[in-house]
Amino acid sequence: MKQLSVDVAVIGGGPAGLAAALSAKAEGAQKVMIIERNHELGGILQQCIHHGFGLHRFKAELTGPEYAQRFINELDDTDIETLLETMVLEITPERKIYAVNSEQGMMEISAKAIVLAMGCRERTRGALQIPGSRPAGVFSAGTAQRFVNIEGYMPGKRAVILGSGDIGLIMARRFTLEGAKVEAVVEVLPYAAGLTRNVVQCLEDFDIPLYLKSTVIHIHGKDRVEAVTIAEVDDAWNPIPGTERVIECDTLLLSVGLVPENELSSHAGVKLDPVTNGAYVNEHLMTTIPGIFACGNVLHVHDLVDNVSKEAERAGKYAGRYAMGTLQKPEKWVKVVAGDNVRYVVPHEISLTEPVEFFLRVQRPQDDVIVDVGGVRTVRERSVRPSEMLNIKLTPEQLQNFTGDTFVIQVKDRKEAEQSA
Amino acid sequence: MREKQTLTVDVAIVGGGIIGTAVARELSKYDVSILLVEKEAEVGWGTTKANSGIVHAGFHEEPGTLKAKYCFPGNQMYPKLCEELDVCFRRNGILMVARNQEEWDIVQKYYQRGKDRGVPVELLSKEEALALEPALSSDILGALHAPEGGSVMPFELAAALMENALQNGAQLLTNSPVVAAQVEGERKVIETAEHRIEAKVVINAAGLFADDLAQMFGDDYFTIKPRKGEEYLFDLDTKDMVTRTIFPVPTKVSKGILVIPTAEGNLMMGPTGDNIEEKEDLATTRDGFARILEGAKSLVPGINPRKIIAQFAGVRAASDRGDFIVELSPNVPGLIHLAGMESPGLTAAPAIAVDAVKLVEEAGLKLTPKEDFEPRRKPMVRFRSLSHEERDRLIKENPAYGRIICRCESVTEGEIIDAVQRGARTLDGIKFRARAGAGRCQGGFCQPLVMAIIARELGIPLEEVTKRGLGSEPVMYHAKELLTGGEGQ
Ligand SMILES: Cc1cc2nc3c(=O)[nH]c(=O)nc-3n(C[C@H](O)[C@H](O)[C@H](O)COP(=O)(O)OP(=O)(O)OC[C@H]3O[C@@H](n4cnc5c(N)ncnc54)[C@H](O)[C@@H]3O)c2cc1C
Ligand SMILES: Cc1cc2nc3c(=O)[nH]c(=O)nc-3n(C[C@H](O)[C@H](O)[C@H](O)COP(=O)(O)OP(=O)(O)OC[C@H]3O[C@@H](n4cnc5c(N)ncnc54)[C@H](O)[C@@H]3O)c2cc1C
Repeated sequence: MKQLSVDVAVIGGGPAGLAAALSAKAEGAQKVMIIERNHELGGILQQCIHHGFGLHRFKAELTGPEYAQRFINELDDTDIETLLETMVLEITPERKIYAVNSEQGMMEISAKAIVLAMGCRERTRGALQIPGSRPAGVFSAGTAQRFVNIEGYMPGKRAVILGSGDIGLIMARRFTLEGAKVEAVVEVLPYAAGLTRNVVQCLEDFDIPLYLKSTVIHIHGKDRVEAVTIAEVDDAWNPIPGTERVIECDTLLLSVGLVPENELSSHAGVKLDPVTNGAYVNEHLMTTIPGIFACGNVLHVHDLVDNVSKEAERAGKYAGRYAMGTLQKPEKWVKVVAGDNVRYVVPHEISLTEPVEFFLRVQRPQDDVIVDVGGVRTVRERSVRPSEMLNIKLTPEQLQNFTGDTFVIQVKDRKEAEQSA
Repeated sequence: MREKQTLTVDVAIVGGGIIGTAVARELSKYDVSILLVEKEAEVGWGTTKANSGIVHAGFHEEPGTLKAKYCFPGNQMYPKLCEELDVCFRRNGILMVARNQEEWDIVQKYYQRGKDRGVPVELLSKEEALALEPALSSDILGALHAPEGGSVMPFELAAALMENALQNGAQLLTNSPVVAAQVEGERKVIETAEHRIEAKVVINAAGLFADDLAQMFGDDYFTIKPRKGEEYLFDLDTKDMVTRTIFPVPTKVSKGILVIPTAEGNLMMGPTGDNIEEKEDLATTRDGFARILEGAKSLVPGINPRKIIAQFAGVRAASDRGDFIVELSPNVPGLIHLAGMESPGLTAAPAIAVDAVKLVEEAGLKLTPKEDFEPRRKPMVRFRSLSHEERDRLIKENPAYGRIICRCESVTEGEIIDAVQRGARTLDGIKFRARAGAGRCQGGFCQPLVMAIIARELGIPLEEVTKRGLGSEPVMYHAKELLTGGEGQ
């Protein structure tokens, strides 16, 4: 078996992996390697041929492949090594990586630091337990996207989409533009799960009906999907009898959430956060195993790739330092806690001595709020929604004012907060 | 219309479920010509692919029934059979737990039943049972333990039996529903859309449709009633939670809701037992799920429904006798019925196949054993269970084993090509043989890749690749086809 050793090994060559590798290199790490399963770099972006990427980072409306290409071009000017069509099968707590491809066979790669950047997978029909038969024609939205945008095939011509996540919304428009009819987008929540701009540009502009507080309760058809039954749901998400309606279609797309791909990580013993399904990390984006870092969708599901790149640059920087032995351990770690109407916060631990950037999501939509960040900063937001990740930076100066044991981040009603103040 | 092609054989078997394939393989030990006729695109897609996969220990069955006659001997044949055919099987053992005194009395009855038949069984105290299975409910009184109960991949076994029968000279017709049958003198004739098959003996192993096939011959002395069972499958990371198959005490109509470690190790829970109207009603239901979850939780409270990755339903072919039918038709000479195969039909199949051979002889065929019978099929490569060094060596021999296609189950391109070469024609065929798409993402990532490999290996366009036979094509059109008039509205 072939043996290799590197300073920083990045697992996954999507936007997270690309940015992490570049920044590890820029930080001074010598041997940096990206290991990617696919035959090309870019990750899920390669199938996202719509535009809307890079608004923050490049102040331009790029398509997914264009956004990825900017990083790939940068990579070409470095000596970062990439192993394509190479799948990582196992990582150990001692930072050995077992990977395989058809040319070199099995490889054992020893790394001083590892960056996990494996992205996520889509939730399936099985996970939702949608009753009914099991015909062809039920796809996760991302699989359908790949068929249409990469393979050049249309799954069907009459679709219902369950879930109003961004991929589902984008696919509603894609199917329509390809000449298929999208009969309905069905969402169990009382509001759309995806970005508002996608609801407008992908559904409203094409008169595609969005049924809120509803779900698919039965799939019909023996060999191929023939119809689905949808129904309204009560607050506990139980179907309300009498509201059933059968919609004829040949395709059902599921856009019902993403799950970080952490099988490698948990096998190695990395502790996971049950809310994000991603690793538990400190402000260096280091997991509970020293020298193993995580970023991008494998850490928590992002809605904007710009944030992925930013987060990955930080992970790469610290991984580079770790590999060179220059990453300073702080005196103590302070736990970060998700308070009122906060579903999760990343990172989970901070040092109070370095600048830190929090990514967080709220639990439910709320208007006119202030976000209280550990009592050292407040941020006013006109409205917050679970689909839109919040992103808050703190300087060491601001952090100096912190007193206490746990750093609580909470969302408060602005008026109430002002009255009690 | 084209004229039908005539095929003449000694024995025609209708139905390629576990029964039909086991009989084909058993008969292929003898010097007879055998043709198995299956309506679906591959064998094993009837009840055989959708069940609990338990190789029952043999203590359940009512004394005096054929179920009792064949279950334990069938169980005893499994280790050798699965070793010869390289099929995933393990003897993980069975526990039947009692939750109160009344149930404990029942458990003791089954213990005695097992003893009387020579089935290895023992009674366990609550502490002993919990020591074996710490995830069990602490509300139990004790349990019956049958260490020789097992778990098998039933579809894999049917496919392997067929493959081995073909190696030994049997023939197979797929995509060929038998639509008519008659007796012509000494011969029995069955017809499909394209073939007219003349046989000395016809074996009816048509599962749910065994009564329909019998009726084609004018034989209507039994009927088959469909009874549906739903099953819910968990992620592979549930592997270490429970080792043995956990049964409650049976109800009047079924063995109850079970917690089942599959042959691969991940858990499954089910099945329901609901009488239904339509034989091919394979829909899962909300209500079925609720009942199964309640039943499973009463045995193993820690079961987490969020770990479910797939669900399916299978339909039992219950005869109006409430027992297996293994006999020569009293009305049509040379017609053998192997019908009414409810549970434990899977377990019993190897033993039934041995008796089916005797029935063929009774029907007048003289059977001489072949000297060159090959009991083994070509061993399977299972990349996921090899060591790193073994993997490395394999890839050096054949680089296709270095390309992972299904990432959840670590299935390589080499294994998928091998599955096609062994007879897989569809996505489901690949999933059940090689496990590509059987994991937690349910084919989300690998489906396009697997379809491309099937298309390439079979030399067909991608849009002709099916999930499970004609009419189940996942992709129906080329991109832009709907816009350029072709098929669009
Ligand atoms: C359909 C869709 C539409 C989107 N639309 C937008 C949009 O309009 N605007 C926007 O800003 N953002 C959008 N996003 C979000 C953005 O694309 C993602 O947040 C971003 O791609 C995540 O990057 P990543 O590198 O973490 O993951 P990925 O892009 O998924 O990359 C992960 C990489 O890791 C590789 N990998 C995984 N496991 C292994 C292994 N074991 N061995 C080797 N390699 C491995 C994978 O092959 C993949 O290349 C969209 C996302 C999707 C899915
Ligand atoms: C939910 C459930 C759980 C079960 N669990 C277990 C268990 O744990 N252990 C156990 O031992 N048993 C179990 N069983 C029972 C077991 O699955 C069956 O006994 C066994 O699969 C029956 O096999 P078969 O070959 O008779 O039928 P099938 O597998 O249905 O095979 C019949 C074949 O005939 C074909 N066919 C039908 N009509 C025609 C025609 N006209 N022309 C050509 N071909 C035709 C069909 O396509 C099919 O392939 C379970 C059953 C169910 C439903």
